[in-house]
Amino acid sequence: MSGSRVSKFMTQNAIYIVLVVLVAAISIYSPNFLSMTSFRDILIQSSPRVIIALGSAMILITAGCDLSAGRVVGLTAVVSASLSQLPSYPHPFFEQAPNLPTFLPIIIAIAVGACVGLVSGLIVAYLRIVPFIATLGTMVMTYGVCSLYFDMEPNNSQPIGGLRPEFTVFGSGAMDLGFMTIPYIVIIAAVISFIMWIVYNKTVLGKNMFAIGGNAQAAVVSGINVGATLIAIYVIAGALYGVGGILEAARTGGATNNYGNMYELDAIAAAVVGGVSITGGVGTVPGIIAGVLIFTVINYGLTFVGMGPYWQLIIKGLIIVIAVAVDVRKYLARK
Amino acid sequence: MSEYILEMQHISKSFPGVKALNDVSLRLRPGSVHALMGENGAGKSTLMKCLFGIYKQDEGQIILDGEKVDITDSRTALGLGISMIHQELYPVLQQTVMENLWLGRFPLKSYGPLKLVDHKKMKADTEALFKEIDVDIDPLELAGNLSVSKLQSIEIAKAVSHHSRIIVMDEPTSSLTSDEVEHLFKIINGLKAKGVAIIYISHKMEEILRISDEVTIMRDGNYIGTWPSDELTTDLIIKRMVGREMTQLFPEKTNVPGEEVLRVENMTSIRDHSFKGVNFSLRKGEVLGIGGLVGAQRTEVIEALFGLRHLADGKIFIHGKEVKIRSPRDAKKHHIALLTEERRATGIFPMLNIVDNNTMACMPKYRNKVGLLNDRLREIDTEEGVSSLRIKTPDTQTRIQSLSGGNQQKVLISRWLNTNPEILLLDEPTRGIDVGAKYEIYTIINRLATQGKSVIMISSEMSELLGMSDRIMVMSNGKMEGILDAKDATEEKIMELATAGLL
Repeated sequence: MSGSRVSKFMTQNAIYIVLVVLVAAISIYSPNFLSMTSFRDILIQSSPRVIIALGSAMILITAGCDLSAGRVVGLTAVVSASLSQLPSYPHPFFEQAPNLPTFLPIIIAIAVGACVGLVSGLIVAYLRIVPFIATLGTMVMTYGVCSLYFDMEPNNSQPIGGLRPEFTVFGSGAMDLGFMTIPYIVIIAAVISFIMWIVYNKTVLGKNMFAIGGNAQAAVVSGINVGATLIAIYVIAGALYGVGGILEAARTGGATNNYGNMYELDAIAAAVVGGVSITGGVGTVPGIIAGVLIFTVINYGLTFVGMGPYWQLIIKGLIIVIAVAVDVRKYLARK
Repeated sequence: MSEYILEMQHISKSFPGVKALNDVSLRLRPGSVHALMGENGAGKSTLMKCLFGIYKQDEGQIILDGEKVDITDSRTALGLGISMIHQELYPVLQQTVMENLWLGRFPLKSYGPLKLVDHKKMKADTEALFKEIDVDIDPLELAGNLSVSKLQSIEIAKAVSHHSRIIVMDEPTSSLTSDEVEHLFKIINGLKAKGVAIIYISHKMEEILRISDEVTIMRDGNYIGTWPSDELTTDLIIKRMVGREMTQLFPEKTNVPGEEVLRVENMTSIRDHSFKGVNFSLRKGEVLGIGGLVGAQRTEVIEALFGLRHLADGKIFIHGKEVKIRSPRDAKKHHIALLTEERRATGIFPMLNIVDNNTMACMPKYRNKVGLLNDRLREIDTEEGVSSLRIKTPDTQTRIQSLSGGNQQKVLISRWLNTNPEILLLDEPTRGIDVGAKYEIYTIINRLATQGKSVIMISSEMSELLGMSDRIMVMSNGKMEGILDAKDATEEKIMELATAGLL
């Protein structure tokens, strides 16, 4: 490869190279890092975040942004947890535990997430309010709704616990393959990633999403139903946050109204580091997954080598800025 | 002291593939109004951009007060006393008149070590300035509340405040009422009396003959001549503006217009200064050209046909049946396609590849039974488009932004052909495209008409209208002034109609 081709390869695949370099650097410093346990932990921690980021990134690709993601995760975590308590738990959320079949709280939580998405989508598409403000509104409202629900008698804002094992298994259980086990949460994230890859690349909705973000005017002229497309995208994103919320509740075996706080910014950071353009029209599913993994590796790996959490924040911030600077260069060069 | 305040001598300027200016000269006397005339694309703007240092001329020199000057940017020009009043004004609407006027050079007052904006002085200076050029505007009014005419007065005041001795006005009356034009002329006469020289760019014959002292005419980047206004008439100006040989070649027309496909009655925009009472019809296999000057509202008419603009009144009939077109989706259902004028702004998806760009207007048609896109089929259709329209590209996965303008345009034509349209609306289809690619686009248009597609083509190039159309509708100032049979049409007749509404 000639010099320019090497540099082109580097900029095109910067995100994956960074991930590999990061893992290599941590491993050299602390060889114990390279183990099945670390690998497993990183995947488990990344799983809900990948699902959330895949939703959030769709909105970024339409040249929007969704600030409500984190609060929707919180709301859906609380809703699914409150409906999945063991009847024998001493501090029940409801006086009488509803004792629903396992799938029902899951469906309800996903539907709640989709509903918040629907509201954001309607505001963006028909009230023509910029997504930043529209979702700032739904973010605050969602937190309000979540806290009201969480504060209901007899729960009175007590952390929800005592979740049924059939529910928590999604977060902490694993599929036994004999020679190894694969956590269900990772399988769920992998399946959803695959589905989202299809949505991004193989559906009319996905193509319209890239078209709207790439050139909204041209999308209108091409006869794309921009409003309906945006609403569908916000609904799908909301449903994905719902899945994220359920997995967070299942993984930790409980929920409070502060679950998911700031996740929206983590999701945006991961998507942007993963090559999603904040000006819209660009982004790939593998890139977004790599973006999430980078942040988890930093979190996990730097803790592993004994670096304090405050230093980690500084490194995280630097990575966001550097990643976007590289990204901007990529597009400047093409002009 | 030289007789002229400004001499632009033998200016030439080339862009890749185009000679925009070829040995053009302009001599400006102090205290006079000098009109600069020519068709769209004659080179007037390029010449002015050389004066303001936005472009650097390849040959020729600019002489100010008898001395050669080198103008590198519009700041230098301003320093030398040259200002421009643009056709489109961009005031800061949320700020006051005086803040707009002194933007970037607010008077300051020292309060010890602090320097703060001196609003009192700003107001006094503004009032003095307005008195000098005789306009009546409250300096504390918000710019957003003012009419175009008053905003223009502020721009003129700004030029005066810079002690400009040369003021270029680009189509200053294009959005003024006749009373406002009178007021502008009063201001211009006042400036003349102070010795300010004005370069006045306009298409409006009557106005030019009234206000200007001399007229310089340009055509296709060439200098045609300069005459005192009182030796000119409207007819003479038009003849000199358009009197060129047909140099461009057009493919031979093979289409035969058939029955009526589209009829438009009394189409009227909901906006005041847009089109009114437009009537026309379009036949199967016909190319209907729409001519007119910039601002004639031609684009607005066809965008309304495509559902991008709202109608206050009027009826659209397709195959004799009245239809309502409220969105591009409605238009697509009636097999109408639109190639917009601004290819970059409203046409291409720059970051997407040719396949996606080519299929974007009819993506749902590529869905398979389970609702996923059949990429193989999209690829096949795109390859077919690439070969039949002879699109030059390394492959179909290339991002459209890396293609040349002509090839991007062909991809957009291909996009719309995929929707199987009956009526194609083409807005300046060859703008910004080099000569070779133009011919190919002409060939495509002719072929489509021969196949029975109906085409409406807006063009600002006379030769293109005459060479491509079966009939030519000419618009002026939002009104349809007439429809000419292409066989009897001449550039003079088109120009006469195009300027008819501008009295």
